[in-house]
Amino acid sequence: MSTIIKAINVSKVYHKTTIPVHAVNQLSLSIEEGEFTAIVGPSGCGKTTLLNILGGLDQPTEGRVEVDGTDISIMKDSELIDFRLRNIGFVFQAYNLIPVLTALENVEFIMLLQKRGKKERHDRAMELLERMDIADKANSKPSQLSGGQQQRVAVARALASKPRFILADEPTANLDSSSTNNLLDLMAKMNEEQKATFIFSTHDQRVMDKARRIVTLEDGTIVSDVKR
Amino acid sequence: MQLGSYDRMIENSVRFYTGYIQIHKEGYWKDKVIDNSFIYDPEKLSAVNQLKGVQTFVPRLESFALSSFKSQTKGALVMGVDPGREDELTRVKSKLIDGNYLQANEEGILISQGLANYLKISVADTLVLLGQGYHGANAAGLFPVRGIVKFAMPQQNNQLVYMSLQKAQWFYAADQLITSIALVIDDPDDAQRITGQIKNIFRGDAYEVMDWKELVPDLVQSIELDNISGKVMLWILYLVIGFGMFGTYLMMTAERQYEFGVMISVGMKRIQLQTIVLLEITMMTALGVLAGITLSLPALTYFHFNPIYFGEEAAKAIENFGVEAVYAFSLDPVIFTNQAYAIFIMAIVLAGYPIWSIRKMKPVESMRP
Ligand SMILES: Nc1ncnc2c1ncn2[C@@H]1O[C@H](COP(=O)(O)OP(=O)(O)OP(=O)(O)O)[C@@H](O)[C@H]1O
Ligand SMILES: [Mg+2]
Repeated sequence: MSTIIKAINVSKVYHKTTIPVHAVNQLSLSIEEGEFTAIVGPSGCGKTTLLNILGGLDQPTEGRVEVDGTDISIMKDSELIDFRLRNIGFVFQAYNLIPVLTALENVEFIMLLQKRGKKERHDRAMELLERMDIADKANSKPSQLSGGQQQRVAVARALASKPRFILADEPTANLDSSSTNNLLDLMAKMNEEQKATFIFSTHDQRVMDKARRIVTLEDGTIVSDVKR
Repeated sequence: MQLGSYDRMIENSVRFYTGYIQIHKEGYWKDKVIDNSFIYDPEKLSAVNQLKGVQTFVPRLESFALSSFKSQTKGALVMGVDPGREDELTRVKSKLIDGNYLQANEEGILISQGLANYLKISVADTLVLLGQGYHGANAAGLFPVRGIVKFAMPQQNNQLVYMSLQKAQWFYAADQLITSIALVIDDPDDAQRITGQIKNIFRGDAYEVMDWKELVPDLVQSIELDNISGKVMLWILYLVIGFGMFGTYLMMTAERQYEFGVMISVGMKRIQLQTIVLLEITMMTALGVLAGITLSLPALTYFHFNPIYFGEEAAKAIENFGVEAVYAFSLDPVIFTNQAYAIFIMAIVLAGYPIWSIRKMKPVESMRP
């Protein structure tokens, strides 16, 4: 298996001038293609920050991130955005749906940017919404959905375009057990069939049970890294 | 609106008084005496009348005389005119407030309302005129008042006396003579070209041909001055509109920061987002400009045909400056297109802010609730 993402000595420091917060501290991590990895740790340990850095959404204060062997800090902004579009699916902790679009349009949005055909977009989006048990809300705006419903739409959005790897920030935080099981099945299927790489942060024991690698963070550093 | 008032000022002062172009004997303009008159030459005038853009011409014999009725006496400007032509151009007949208009070869006169009030003379009374005729001849006569005319411009209203050209030539002992020919032309902006052509027709003779800019230099100057103050107002208005638009863009950018952040994090290129925002702004502005024109057009059209007259007090004050007390509105389409261009240019320039902010935006920060 080849290394797909590599973080080398990455640090992220907030409030550099006043009281510095080391959200991520001198952290190194390699993710192999096809991995199914959970990042766990107490609240505030730096999970969100790390995922954002791995996906190129945020810049580390120190260290570097390599994707497919390329240092993303030397990539042009537009190249990086294009790379994200074609390779990465994000599930944000705060869902981050586009407020002016319906659930269906939100799920179609990435495929629209990828210039997929209209029918393909629609069918794939509906398929994912159905898998997440939220197809009946396809035409609702995010503001009309509950937290859990928004989370399911956000998951559908991230998975619909069949990205090479998925960065999911607590994707089951607001899901009931049936939705969680659905999601875990879907993720496992994509992982097996498409060799999609999953990196997700979680507090959820059921999710951790399914993970084949568990990276534990504390104060921005890795305290344990278990593969099974 | 100001531009509308200018058209009207020019019309009032020029069309209804001096004409757009005047032909006189050389030296008449500096020294407006009856001795500087010239012989009415129908051949040359028909040549002038055939020039492109010339509507018609009005021959006049003008001079000052002392007017008197009972114990009141006042200087008057006596205008000997061809009643038909004069009315065709200056619409004197419509300014009649009492009595009748002049007939051809008429014995009587028309008197302006201000002068009539001063002399306390009314229709059917007889006015005494005393003056100096051609080459020092004595000029004196009794003239029955046929009608009273009211002018907007005080200089006219307080001193004009109209009589037929023949009668004036008789009064001033100036047989066949006239002091000026006033021309009415289709477009004031053509005055210079036509003046040049008339100079060709009257070439070699001792005539002076003047256009309205030379005839009423004070008017031209005051229009220019007023125009400058109007432009300052316009720029202030632009500034206000500009700030308004900028505020809107600022709000829009701030409000949609989150949305933009999400779009960029899931893979929308900044340039795509910028294009969409620019398109939105262009469409919004187009809509705004169209709405502005459609909303203002009925009002402007109404006021164009029904100009705003000042209240009595203000009107008096303004008329003392020799200007008709009315706000007129222009409907010139150029004014609309120019404003539309100005707004569009402003919109595009100000759109620089949202464009720049999208370029600088950090997706993680803008997605933070
Ligand atoms: N924009 C920011 N400015 C300042 N400090 C920040 C910022 N974002 C995160 N932090 C700090 O960085 C640390 C790590 O935050 P992070 O969001 O990565 O934690 P997390 O592990 O995702 O927590 P949770 O499980 O609650 O989501 C925290 O101490 C947080 O206060
Ligand atoms: Mg987090």
